[in-house]
Amino acid sequence: MIAAKNIYKSFNGKYVLEDISATFEEGKTNLIIGQSGSGKTVLLKCLVGLHGVDSGEVWFHDMEYAALSHRQRSEMRRKIGMLFQSGALFDFATVEGNVMFPLALFSGMSKGEQRDRAHACLERVNLLGARALRISELSGGMQKRAAIARAISLKPKYLFCDEPNSGLDPKTAILIDALIKEITVENNITTIINTHDMNSVMEIGDKVIFLHSGKKWWEGTKNDILDAENVELNEFVFANSLAKKARRMM
Amino acid sequence: MMELGVNSIAIVAIVSVFVGAVIAIQTALNLMNAPYYMVGLATRDSLILEFCSTMIALILAGKVGSNIASQIGSMRITEQIDALELMGLNSACYLILPKILSMVIFVPFITIFSIALGILGGLAGMALTDNLTVSEYIEGIQRDFTPYYVTYSIIKSMVFAFILSSVSAFWGYSVQSGTQEVGRNSTRAVVTSCICILMFNLLLTELLL
Repeated sequence: MIAAKNIYKSFNGKYVLEDISATFEEGKTNLIIGQSGSGKTVLLKCLVGLHGVDSGEVWFHDMEYAALSHRQRSEMRRKIGMLFQSGALFDFATVEGNVMFPLALFSGMSKGEQRDRAHACLERVNLLGARALRISELSGGMQKRAAIARAISLKPKYLFCDEPNSGLDPKTAILIDALIKEITVENNITTIINTHDMNSVMEIGDKVIFLHSGKKWWEGTKNDILDAENVELNEFVFANSLAKKARRMM
Repeated sequence: MMELGVNSIAIVAIVSVFVGAVIAIQTALNLMNAPYYMVGLATRDSLILEFCSTMIALILAGKVGSNIASQIGSMRITEQIDALELMGLNSACYLILPKILSMVIFVPFITIFSIALGILGGLAGMALTDNLTVSEYIEGIQRDFTPYYVTYSIIKSMVFAFILSSVSAFWGYSVQSGTQEVGRNSTRAVVTSCICILMFNLLLTELLL
């Protein structure tokens, strides 16, 4: 479980997050949704500790992140897997090298064990056949899957995904969503996903938090979202004409 | 070390040979009435004292410095540095320290290599023109040799290698967003490294000679 309590974050005196409190549950896919610029990525980076917060607390189970020593933070970060928006795969390594990278640094495994674990992760994301390829040789969807394989290589307790579907076609996006959901349930991970893709929300959103102008505007499940009375949320959810038509038919 | 140092050997070799030849020819033309051995002696000392440490460092600042800055800057904008941080690594230490170490270790060898090729270039210059005979040039490069000059050159090259790698890494690491900033900071890396190298050249010359 991860809990954010009264998070405030500003850049150059301008608040991009104001009084954000939320609880993200274990074994569930928790979605943070909102328009571009609503503060989703900043919130995610605050939760993982890549951005410091101005005030507020981030709790991982019973540990407050800010209260941890440098050593404890390093240990905590090894329990976190993150899928970055750009993939953030290391272009100096092959796909296999990328997945083995955290294993080589932190697992204490022998080279053979690292390779076996990397192959298991790549098989899980159906990418074993591409293990010898360079990152530049992969398609967008393959890069996302390779990034997922790297994120789960150390068997994380927490998985953060920053817009995992960005730049992907709808079919591949659904495959990536399904994969994240399966991994979450299989390993009982606390997963937090940033997205503005409503397909993702309806496919895998166990819990949904809607951010608007840096504030938490709405919170609920994917089933609640269609009946919500929140104006800004409705404008976001039913933004395209197809969704508007569907709503009129409801 | 391979990427930063070994790949620079070709450009260093080409520049060293031609500059060695040009220094020898110009010295021969300007010292018409001086003793014949002065050509070899002046060429050798010019190469050891100034060219092979300072000029090579300036060339490397352009080639290697921009490489370091753009590589680290690109890693920043593609979130690879965030990924390293999130794994609990000190990204600056992980990315920058090996580059500084490899440059500080490798550049002195490049400098010695450059001195040797520069002197050979001078020899070729004498052989291809009728300013001086090859044997007179060789006698000149053997005269009044001060071994400390080589030590001085190596010390300077190590300091310059540290400057160009650390300054370039700083500018690369400072990139916040966008490919335009990567390009801008690569240029800044080269310019700042060159200015720092020239300033430290003056300082080290005053301190060590």
